[in-house]
Amino acid sequence: MASILTAGELRKGVKLEIDGEPYLITDFEFTKPGKGQALYRCRLKNMITGIQFDRTYRSGDKFTSADLEEQEMQYLYNDAQGYHFMNMSSYEQIEMASETVGDAANFLSENLLVSVLLFQGRPIGITVPNFVELQIVSSAPGIKGDTASGATKPATLSTGHVIQVPLFVEEGELVRIDTRSGQYVERVKG
Amino acid sequence: MQTDEKEVLGGKRGFLELRCRVLRLIRTFFEDEGFLEVQTPLLTAAPAPEAHISPIAAGSGLFLSTSPELHMKRLLAAGFEKIFQITRAFRAGERGRFHHPEFTILEWYRSGADYKDLQRDCQKLVRFVCASLAKGEGVVFRGARLDFEGPWESLSVRRAFQKFAGWEPGPDPDEDRFDLDMSLKVQKNLGFPTPCILEDYPATLAALARIKPGEPEVAERFELFWAGVELANGFSELTDPREQRLRFGAAIETKKRLEKRAYPMPEQFLASLENLPPCAGIAFGVDRLVMLVGGAESMDDVVAFGPETA
Repeated sequence: MASILTAGELRKGVKLEIDGEPYLITDFEFTKPGKGQALYRCRLKNMITGIQFDRTYRSGDKFTSADLEEQEMQYLYNDAQGYHFMNMSSYEQIEMASETVGDAANFLSENLLVSVLLFQGRPIGITVPNFVELQIVSSAPGIKGDTASGATKPATLSTGHVIQVPLFVEEGELVRIDTRSGQYVERVKG
Repeated sequence: MQTDEKEVLGGKRGFLELRCRVLRLIRTFFEDEGFLEVQTPLLTAAPAPEAHISPIAAGSGLFLSTSPELHMKRLLAAGFEKIFQITRAFRAGERGRFHHPEFTILEWYRSGADYKDLQRDCQKLVRFVCASLAKGEGVVFRGARLDFEGPWESLSVRRAFQKFAGWEPGPDPDEDRFDLDMSLKVQKNLGFPTPCILEDYPATLAALARIKPGEPEVAERFELFWAGVELANGFSELTDPREQRLRFGAAIETKKRLEKRAYPMPEQFLASLENLPPCAGIAFGVDRLVMLVGGAESMDDVVAFGPETA
């Protein structure tokens, strides 16, 4: 639910609705000459477009907090319309454009539980778990027993995304990936 | 939780030791200069009405003191000539890298003196504190090497605005524009590498300062900046009770509009003005001085407990 905020409640991390769009305060500075008026300097990031800009507010300015909600959903499939998810409590299905899903699409596998961010009930982004398991669908043949050299080779995941894996990792194997860095963590024994 | 706090406070030991030394040096300085250290109430029924300083209500019609100014001047009016105080001051809604709603303020007052005398005091005080702490190496604050020994720059408000904001404030400038440009354009350029004295404020932004004799468009008010940080605000004190009552009345009206709260006229203070000799007084931010000489990023670093952990 959106609520009214005063300038004194602005902080880094607070989310505001400005001109009908959600913004995150990514940087914040309070300045005030001893005898003068307080100023609230914010760097704002549009949570849909990612565009950033600076704004300076004064005491007395009023704000509306952004009406944001996170829901757990299960990834179903993607098609020409986009990516399809199902709300696990209401069983309602939603679809999301690929621009909205963004890089998270690299790590989506069927039935994966993700967190969907909704602004005024409309999906604007998703967060995948920090670690996911995905299958290697193609990669050059590995070198058996080479577990120490640190050398890597490209490997294509079931999502079509290409990551670097150690030489011993084989086609068809399941691997664990850290979605924050996009990096290979370990093999998962099937 | 317990171990977290132990770690955080332990990490501040260096800054807390520095704070202790700075406080001791300030006291030594004023004792050597022949000042009397005084203590005045933290709870008051009538805080100084200032348009943009909000007192914190303490219940029973009392407020936490926003500065010891009025009580210190009542002491001057009673014949005390050189007094200083290091105390806590409280201001609602002030929270930032350089602001806490509760902070340590140093104030000193001199009878028979004006704002130029205070500027000299500032130089002597800052040089004394820094020289006693420095042991040869310089002070670095947020990447800038600071110098406390070289000659200090003096700049009129008019000149500073011409130089950094591209306009010249008259005796009654648009306050919104003045404050905005002071914060965003002027202040950040002041006090590199030596401290800078910004003086002669527009007459309508005089607060409790007297108008400059022979130059009615400015007030004898100055601020001290170092590395872009506002360190002190001082003036030749206004001693005319009628003029002071008018200014307080205007501030009370502004506060009624901004804060939706009625503040009382400080009658006891106004009565004491009848006996106030020509004098000058100044407020100096002790936490900010500790930040500067210690190279701290935030006021949070130089206090044991910040507003969120108090």
